[in-house]
Amino acid sequence: MGKVGIVGYGCHLPRHRIKVEEIAKVWGADAPSYKKGLMLREKSVPPPDCDTITLSVEATKNALRRAGGINTAEIGAIYIGSESHPYAVKPSGATVAEAIGATPDIHCADFEFACKAGSEAMFVCLGLVKAGEIKYGLAIGGDTSQGAPGDALEYSAAAGAAAFIMGSENLIAESIDTYSFMTDTPDFWRREYEFYPQHAGRYTGEPAYFKHTCGAAEGMMKKVGMKPADFTYAVFHQPNGKFPMRAGKMLGFTQEQMEPGWLSPTLGNTYSGASPIGLTSTLDIAKPGDTILMVSYGSGSGSDGFVWKVTDRIDEVRDKAVRTRKLLDENLIYIDYGTYAKFRHKIKKNA
Amino acid sequence: MYSARDWREYPRRYRLEAGKCKKCGKILFPARLICPKCGAREFETEMLPDTGKVLTFTVIRTAPSQFTDIAPYAIAIAELTNGVKLTAQLVDCDVNTVKVGMEVRIEFRRVQTDAYSGILSYGYKFVPKWY
Repeated sequence: MGKVGIVGYGCHLPRHRIKVEEIAKVWGADAPSYKKGLMLREKSVPPPDCDTITLSVEATKNALRRAGGINTAEIGAIYIGSESHPYAVKPSGATVAEAIGATPDIHCADFEFACKAGSEAMFVCLGLVKAGEIKYGLAIGGDTSQGAPGDALEYSAAAGAAAFIMGSENLIAESIDTYSFMTDTPDFWRREYEFYPQHAGRYTGEPAYFKHTCGAAEGMMKKVGMKPADFTYAVFHQPNGKFPMRAGKMLGFTQEQMEPGWLSPTLGNTYSGASPIGLTSTLDIAKPGDTILMVSYGSGSGSDGFVWKVTDRIDEVRDKAVRTRKLLDENLIYIDYGTYAKFRHKIKKNA
Repeated sequence: MYSARDWREYPRRYRLEAGKCKKCGKILFPARLICPKCGAREFETEMLPDTGKVLTFTVIRTAPSQFTDIAPYAIAIAELTNGVKLTAQLVDCDVNTVKVGMEVRIEFRRVQTDAYSGILSYGYKFVPKWY
């Protein structure tokens, strides 16, 4: 098997936003402290008719627009990584596959690994294409993240999805190599039947996010024999605005290398969608020949590293679908906390 | 909403599959067995385009029980770019800004939820076309 990589990519974000001040006002918290501490200004909010499945379908449609009219019946696998699959038992991927006309000759599984589930889907699709088992694989990372009312997570838990069609012909970005780094680190979890996740506060930082993100980045760079200065861009998992910038700088990357894929200050943490959406935003402005390091992070804990090399085809396809920054920055609908509470089912009602 | 009934709707709700009469070319949505224009019985599947313009609309302020969370909302009939007229909810906008002639895009959304434990129904809705 020769080259494998991304044939089409797409993103979808809800238009609704809530500002940090609006959440802090309800809980008597100090908004400037949160904004400075987390480097967050606002986050996306899914309306009631929007969930991981609907976000995934729309992101996939954008990926198909950039894939140049591939036959969806030739997509041999669909994997959706999320920690907010709408059903506890019933695959999200089946609905997405049905919506794009990719059934019935397709393998499907829903992935979970906290915020790393989206990159897992990418990792497995690339492997299946490389092995020659499938012609195309559809990998999606998306979430309508949960954050308990009043918890620090409520300021960041956001919604969005990114979709990638992996293949071996007409590549937009070639996968140079991949690397994974994982240990059992209990920094964040959600038990069965619980609605909101719990986290271990500051323990989510050094021994969890930074150890695994930097471990995967260093392992990835060592594997391909590259150093930070060899990359045009770098995208890291972004649970808030601060962590990815700090991790990148610890590794030796500059702010300029990270900014195109650094969306969390105004998007929030889209969990399984976070680094995949950052990659879509980076591809939107990348030039042929650019190299991109992408590192995800999922609590529990692990990180997947990818090195992408952008091809000439990027110039043909980037504007065949809406750009991620446009979805992030334009035509936004700001909501108050009451509307947010209703949208996110935080108010207990009679059935 | 029974899951089997929902499942039967997938071709048109999920993929906007219409029937195009092989004899006269009329596009029917939902697809039918007999063409109302020429009486022919042979059709080919055609996907509807995903953009159009609002022809008319109404605003629902007193919603049925399953839609109270999203009230008030608009129901619009839009003419798609191929001339087919489609009825759907128009969401992601202030109902006071909806106008005849406004451009809309079709998005895949959750259209109905069977209480807290039943099936989730998906399909199409209109949203303002802003890009």
